[in-house]
Amino acid sequence: MAAVSQLQRQFIEYTTSLYNEGYLDDQFTQLQKLQDESNPEFVVEVVSLFFEDSEKLLNNLATALQQKIVDYKQVDSHVHQFKGSSSSIGAQRVTNVCVHFRNYCEEKNLDGCLRCLQQVKHEYILVRNKLETLFRLEQQIVQAGGSIPMME
Amino acid sequence: MMPSSSGGSWKSSGAGDGGVPDQFPAGLRVLVVDDDPTCLMILEKMLRHCNYEVTKCNRAEVALSFLRENKNGFDVVISDVHMPDMDGFKLLEHIGLEMDLPVIMMSADDSKSVVMKGVTHGACDYLIKPVRIEALRNIWQHVVRKRKHEWKDFEPSASADEQKPPEEPDYSSSANEGHNWKSTKRRKDEEDEAEEKDDSSSLKKPRVVWSVELHQQFVAAVNQLGIDKAVPKKILELMNVPGLTRENVASHLQKYRLYLRRLSGSPLPGGMNAGFMGGPDAGYGSMSSLNGLDLQALAASGQLGQLQPQSLATLQAVALGRSNNSKSAIPVPVIDQRNIFSFENPKSRYSEVQSQHLNNSSNNSSKQINLLPGIPTNMEPKQFVSLQQSGQHSFGSMNHQVLIQMGGQSQTQSQNQVQSNTNAHHGLRQPVLSNDMLTRGGVVDVSTTVYNPVVSVSQASSLVDFSMNHKTDSSGSSYPLGGSLGIPNVRATSSALQGDGNLDTKVSGRRIVPSYDVFNDLNQNREWGLQAVGLTFDQSPHSIQVGLDASSPLLLQHNRSSVSEMGGQNRILASGKVIFSPEVEARTHHNGSNVGQQRNTYVKTESHTDGSFHNTLYSEQYGQDDLLAAIMKQQQQGVGQPENEFGFDGNALDDLPV
Repeated sequence: MAAVSQLQRQFIEYTTSLYNEGYLDDQFTQLQKLQDESNPEFVVEVVSLFFEDSEKLLNNLATALQQKIVDYKQVDSHVHQFKGSSSSIGAQRVTNVCVHFRNYCEEKNLDGCLRCLQQVKHEYILVRNKLETLFRLEQQIVQAGGSIPMME
Repeated sequence: MMPSSSGGSWKSSGAGDGGVPDQFPAGLRVLVVDDDPTCLMILEKMLRHCNYEVTKCNRAEVALSFLRENKNGFDVVISDVHMPDMDGFKLLEHIGLEMDLPVIMMSADDSKSVVMKGVTHGACDYLIKPVRIEALRNIWQHVVRKRKHEWKDFEPSASADEQKPPEEPDYSSSANEGHNWKSTKRRKDEEDEAEEKDDSSSLKKPRVVWSVELHQQFVAAVNQLGIDKAVPKKILELMNVPGLTRENVASHLQKYRLYLRRLSGSPLPGGMNAGFMGGPDAGYGSMSSLNGLDLQALAASGQLGQLQPQSLATLQAVALGRSNNSKSAIPVPVIDQRNIFSFENPKSRYSEVQSQHLNNSSNNSSKQINLLPGIPTNMEPKQFVSLQQSGQHSFGSMNHQVLIQMGGQSQTQSQNQVQSNTNAHHGLRQPVLSNDMLTRGGVVDVSTTVYNPVVSVSQASSLVDFSMNHKTDSSGSSYPLGGSLGIPNVRATSSALQGDGNLDTKVSGRRIVPSYDVFNDLNQNREWGLQAVGLTFDQSPHSIQVGLDASSPLLLQHNRSSVSEMGGQNRILASGKVIFSPEVEARTHHNGSNVGQQRNTYVKTESHTDGSFHNTLYSEQYGQDDLLAAIMKQQQQGVGQPENEFGFDGNALDDLPV
């Protein structure tokens, strides 16, 4: 049990830090609330979906920005989507970068866009790692026989 | 994607928990459309948590096919705005037209323009992503609201009575004029509606004649459903007229929509007047159609009883207004229309509907017209007359309160709007349809008691005061919906009506308060066929041209060569029925743009032996087609909406017996 409570403590601390540092926002909490017995893996599933989708989007963005003649509408459309999905799962920092990214698109500022692309990629990788860590912690707790503390 | 069990109704079929039966809103059948898989999954989960039955799709086309296959399989649709295969707004329109379901838009984009677009396209709500479950919990309200309106429609008489009264105090924004007009109109509408309903039922003819009553019913139905969402099938159901087929309704709807569009969007070029005045026959044709529409609308709204025009006008106005509003960003119209609707509430829906239609009808102007094609005798001459009088509606003017000043109605020539109002009245013998026409904003000055409240041209536009006719009864001439200007309150905004000496329209700035008295005289003397009852609308050279110009939906757009827009509608008018298409009214909303257009609808009251003064109402000048065209134009212009997917061929008022 000590292990479990320790894990649980770790979990809580980690989660709290994620919120504090802006990696996650309240929307993530909403997702967690949606999880229930009928779908105990809901959050993991959704987040996995998000990862998959994001990687595609990032590739599309890179391709679009590498064109000789950049279609900013297209780029904007991808960013918009990314903004939507990241905000839906609560990846706040990613969303924030998307906002700036869209501005550059509107200005057709290639340089700005490229920078944002790097930034958004970076933020995405960060949040992905964090979430993966979080899920691992959860797994450990469950394996140790404990229950995942609800964050609120 | 995976269709869940849509089938059922609200019963807690999907609810699962405890299986409480009929625990609304549990079991609400929701269709979610979003190309983002993450969001889609989250939404689905959230909706399930609300105990709704969820079907998700990531493509709009697929969603549409689901909806088409299961017409009654869903209660509400939630759709993303940005989708790769089809724009969310387009989907919204399709759904509105075909299925009449409440649609909620959502997007990560919260910019005002996008939200506004949602509103104008008829979305019943707009959610900003990330969507929270709390936001989804209440979506059932949209379903209830819609149904509620539909139910109301089903009980016209009941609803009319109940609903109308409360409207009075509801002066929507159209600020000034709207007030009186509205209340008056509302009352009228109620009465008319009730009356009309009966008549229409007996109106079954092999060839559908869109009598005033029928049209009013139609408009009411449309209003109830929401202009954006009115589909023929539902309208048909709501109208519940034996012998009426879906095709009839569809065709009529097309026209109506066109009419609305014209009212709202397309300011008729200044030439409107001329157009209307064009060949008498032609004019009548279109006029009548317009009027007819209006009249019908009015009739439907129950107002026709006396001043059909009024109600029609109102309706039209409303309709027009709506169209204007939504599409043409005409500030006034919005108000007007709303107002109109508001007061009429259940019944007044007609007007709303009309306006909605107008608004929506990106397509054809033909719809509008002929609301009254067949209305031959239903309309009391007077009423019809009023429609005519309002000839001045300035199409362009938004306020189109087409004051159809018929005969001497003192249509308040809407000052501004009536662009050419001056003449408008003159010709209009017919009592100004005070149907609350278009009251742009409900401005139909119903206050002119004489005839349907003269649509106070709230907007200076020459509103053809169709509304004038509300009161037509006084004049004794009934306003034949058929011929009568269906144009609801076309309040010829002040300007338009001015010329008319007879009409004592007090043109107060905008309000055209046509003194329908004049009209009454006219009416009394004769049926609508009134020959110049005295409405000397003609102040200007052209006979009363219902300033259908862009602004005045009144079909009197003679000038409008846009007749073409009207498509077949004009023809309807030709049948001698002056159909004041609601356009006239609605359009009045266009302030400004078309104001100049007031077309004077010359309501020529030719003595029709057949009693359908439709024709008479509109003097030859108004080519119905013109009117319609004008109206359509207006609508279209203002609207700028995509043509709709009506799928009908929009133009022609096919089943309108010409």
